[in-house]
Amino acid sequence: MPRVIFLLPLVLFLGLAGYFYMGLATDPRQLPSALIDKPAPEFDLPALLSDLPGLAKGDLGGDVKLVNFFASWCVPCRAEHSLLMRIAELNLVPLYGINYKNRKEAAIDWLDELGNPYQRIGQDLTGRAGIEWGVYGLPETYIIDKQGRIRYRHVGPLFPKVLKKTIMPLIEELRR
Amino acid sequence: MIPEIGHFALVLALAVALVQAIVPLIGAARSNAGWMAIAAPSSVVQFLCVATAFGALLYSFAISDFSVVNVAQNSNSLQPMIYKIASTWGNHEGSMVLWVLILTLFGAMVALFGGNLPPNLKARTLSVQSMIAFAFLLFILLTSNPFQRLDPPPLDGRDLNPLLQDIGLAMHPPMLYVGYVGFSIAFSFAIAALIEGKVDAAWARWVRPWTLIAWSFLTAGIVLGSWWAYYELGWGGWWYWDPVENASFMPWLVGTALLHSAIVVEKRDALKTWTILLAIITFSLSLIGTFLVRSGVLTSVHAFATDPERGIFMLILLIVAIGGSLLLYAWRAPQLKGGGLFAPISREGALILNNLLLATATATVFIGTMYPLLLDAITGDKISVGPPFFNATFVPIMIPLIAALGIGPLLAWKRGDLAGALGRIKLAFAAAVVATIVAGYVTWGRSVFGAVGLGVAGWLAASVCIEFADRIGVGKVPWRGVLRRAAGLPRSAWGMSLAHLGFAILAAGATGASIWQDEVIESIQIGDSVEIVGYEFTLRSVGKVRGPNYMAERAMFDVRKDGEALTTLEPERRRFFVQQMETTEAALYSNGFADLYAVLGQADGDERWIVKVYFRPLVPWLWFGGAVMVLGGLVSLTDRRLRVGAPARKPARPPAPVAAPAE
Repeated sequence: MPRVIFLLPLVLFLGLAGYFYMGLATDPRQLPSALIDKPAPEFDLPALLSDLPGLAKGDLGGDVKLVNFFASWCVPCRAEHSLLMRIAELNLVPLYGINYKNRKEAAIDWLDELGNPYQRIGQDLTGRAGIEWGVYGLPETYIIDKQGRIRYRHVGPLFPKVLKKTIMPLIEELRR
Repeated sequence: MIPEIGHFALVLALAVALVQAIVPLIGAARSNAGWMAIAAPSSVVQFLCVATAFGALLYSFAISDFSVVNVAQNSNSLQPMIYKIASTWGNHEGSMVLWVLILTLFGAMVALFGGNLPPNLKARTLSVQSMIAFAFLLFILLTSNPFQRLDPPPLDGRDLNPLLQDIGLAMHPPMLYVGYVGFSIAFSFAIAALIEGKVDAAWARWVRPWTLIAWSFLTAGIVLGSWWAYYELGWGGWWYWDPVENASFMPWLVGTALLHSAIVVEKRDALKTWTILLAIITFSLSLIGTFLVRSGVLTSVHAFATDPERGIFMLILLIVAIGGSLLLYAWRAPQLKGGGLFAPISREGALILNNLLLATATATVFIGTMYPLLLDAITGDKISVGPPFFNATFVPIMIPLIAALGIGPLLAWKRGDLAGALGRIKLAFAAAVVATIVAGYVTWGRSVFGAVGLGVAGWLAASVCIEFADRIGVGKVPWRGVLRRAAGLPRSAWGMSLAHLGFAILAAGATGASIWQDEVIESIQIGDSVEIVGYEFTLRSVGKVRGPNYMAERAMFDVRKDGEALTTLEPERRRFFVQQMETTEAALYSNGFADLYAVLGQADGDERWIVKVYFRPLVPWLWFGGAVMVLGGLVSLTDRRLRVGAPARKPARPPAPVAAPAE
């Protein structure tokens, strides 16, 4: 048998290793949304808090806005909450929340405990709006441009790095 | 204190592994008996060190020592003791320690029970085994220290993922790892043989029992995992072609091929380079599986927390281990001498066909698992390859495999008589035809695979029985003689027949489970009934139950068949306190041929619940068939030939007498 054949497994494996290396470089958490660059879906959610309005499609647009899906049962949401509070304190961008598949009382307790960064909160008990938006796992954050179109989707908790490197630059760009 | 002892033991194990990876190898090259002899005791010491570390971690979990980060993140004081213990390996760091524990356990077993191995081979094998251990210990210590402390400790831990709080899953990883990691021994033997440049029948005989142990446990681990998915995930499926399931299935497929090709090396001294390659690939796939689960390259329900640093480390480890061994293979394998010749129609030929089909099946699964990744890397598109792909590619390979499996054992070595073999199993044809007709009748209009699948399963079962009956002389000698022959039959023959029969049962179960199922999903109130294929489920009540670390809603269904009470099913939906996550506990009733399966879904408004009931025919056969296969592997392992290693080495030639008498 020609010697070359015995080299074949090695060559195949090295190809595979190169491909794993590329796989490591791409982030599987960066899920694309079918709705990118499309208008936000139709939805109209009642208010969670008596003193804060609910959220509907009509509230989006005008300025660049962030829509954040959260729930009190979601542990990573707790992790990103302090960052959301910073966004609100520094008034970086209007932040709207959607309380996803979560009891009203639980969410209110949660906001009492950790603070409320949102300017509007919609109550999505059935998860219907989540389906319209294509929510995959909490938390999720979307950037909506002035025309009310979805421009970016972030799955999982926000980190300062993501905020600084990706989200804020995009917001600046969309504001121009 | 205890966690620090564990940490120290790991460092000690690393040092021992380094010595063992180098000294015996040099000793073997220089024929220095003293240097080679280090391998055996150091293997045992290495195992004891890792066992100490694992024990320390287990203890920290058992007493809920939340000052250890790992315990705080993966356990909770409310968990029952069994799940506190299972939490030890329900996380990345702990499962890596378990991984290395099993690796070193196998090394220690070779050291202790490999008394009849030639010293060179033994030293080199243990040395290679130790290189793997060294790499993984370094990985644990540098990137995944399980003994990291936390100050101040939290009051309570974050709980084990509720889905994992289940007896099936508590057992699944250790079983799976014994399988996965057990193939490391075959790998080490292969590398040692390549270094030595010698592969012979004796080598195959030493490798086979280790492969058989690994294979049996891997089979058990995969079946357990499948069983868990079936009753815990609550939608009646048993195999999802999830990337991580595939990661454990690929070593199984190649390991099965290895098991069979090693027979050819042992009996006929042929297929050597192929067998060596299989041994390398089997363990390589285990390593790749470990990498896929932990590097974050694939996302899956099984994936551990991802960390790019770990990913890079593991990738380097893979390149060194697999790339290095394949390089050695490319260099040394061409020098291995081929052995016995044989005709295409022969036992060897049948085993080669088995190997080709299993290798193709592995390639199919491999491509299905990797393709989404490749596409993502090249075009950035994210897709997932699901069951339709695998059903269309994997299943058509299994059908000829099963068909050939019915004939293979009937063929003689070197040159077989196909017509004669087929003639001996006429009855199997009849069995296949009957099974196909029955299945075709039941599944008419649904799927052609149902009839074909059951047909080949019937064919295999019948031919295994005929072959076995033939061997023990049924119909040829009086029944006393039959019993005597059965008792005298080598255990490996029993093992083979059992494993093949188990495979036939499993194939029938898999066909039935994928082709026929009925399900009804309805929203009902107390007192309402749901009907499915003649079974009537009446919701009697839904109540609240408190578990140790969860609250559950438990429904009671009265099940009737033809108006007669059959059983009561009590599915639950649990909400765990700490992670606020819901799990479903399906309720099952099985009559051995089919399962009734009930799931309590979400409350649907006031006093209404969504309920799902399934009728799943032949699913019990999956578990039964799997169990019979494992039994076959274990029975074969008790074969005298493997147990005592029998005439492994050629008896040393008696020293020639000084003055040879004339003969």
